[in-house]
Amino acid sequence: MSTEPSSTADGTQPSAAELQARVEELEETVAALEADDEQQKMTIVATQGTFDMAYPPLILASTAAAFGWDVVVFHTFWGLDILHEEKSQNLQLSAVGNPNMPMPNALAALPGMDRLATRMMQSRIDDNGTATIEELIDLSLEQGVELQACQMTIELMDYDEDDFYDDVTVGVGAATALQHMAESDIQLLV
Amino acid sequence: MSVNYDVTETLDVKGASCPMPVVKTKSAIDDVPEGGVLEVLSTDKGSMSDIDGWAAGTSGVELLDQVEDGDVYKHYVEKTA
Repeated sequence: MSTEPSSTADGTQPSAAELQARVEELEETVAALEADDEQQKMTIVATQGTFDMAYPPLILASTAAAFGWDVVVFHTFWGLDILHEEKSQNLQLSAVGNPNMPMPNALAALPGMDRLATRMMQSRIDDNGTATIEELIDLSLEQGVELQACQMTIELMDYDEDDFYDDVTVGVGAATALQHMAESDIQLLV
Repeated sequence: MSVNYDVTETLDVKGASCPMPVVKTKSAIDDVPEGGVLEVLSTDKGSMSDIDGWAAGTSGVELLDQVEDGDVYKHYVEKTA
């Protein structure tokens, strides 16, 4: 077989070496795509900052990471408080407008009722052996979950980047979240 | 019923509930050598379904057995790769 460069001299026929290189390049691309396909991806957008709503995104994220998935939780608006080191210790359950609370709204609206409802829930969580929010954040980060804090909301709420747990990703916006969502197999808004 | 596996390591997550049994199992299996068997002790009823689902969806592990022993759910996970 001829491997003379004559075939490339006129610029229309690629040489065997060029074809070989092209084949190798494509094989690498296919291998990368296949590897990428095996890795499941999940994006959760966490928008709520009440005590009860902090749990679902963190439980799902840490569990998904245990499956070896690539997980991003994008925290925006009140969801940002989950990542706020100080505020996350003090998330409240709302007693008003909560049909699961065994009290009428008129009573639930009294001062201190949110705190009481939160304390009741907290004690049930302790009794049940359910992890604390801080434990779930540590666990998620340990498992490689990327916890993102929306930059626009940080500024809107007048938070400081240092207010968040270590290893929380800051300086990201909607475009970053969308990019991961577009590549994700699962997208959830909580 | 008693099952005897050559257990390499035991993870005790008694008292902890979802998602701890699965997440701690994943962390523990990472440290088990290939061919080793991890025994997981849990009091979480949901762990029966959760660890089964996790093992099915995770490569390199195989759930050998799940045993209900009084209040304790015992899981035997082999690290296959």
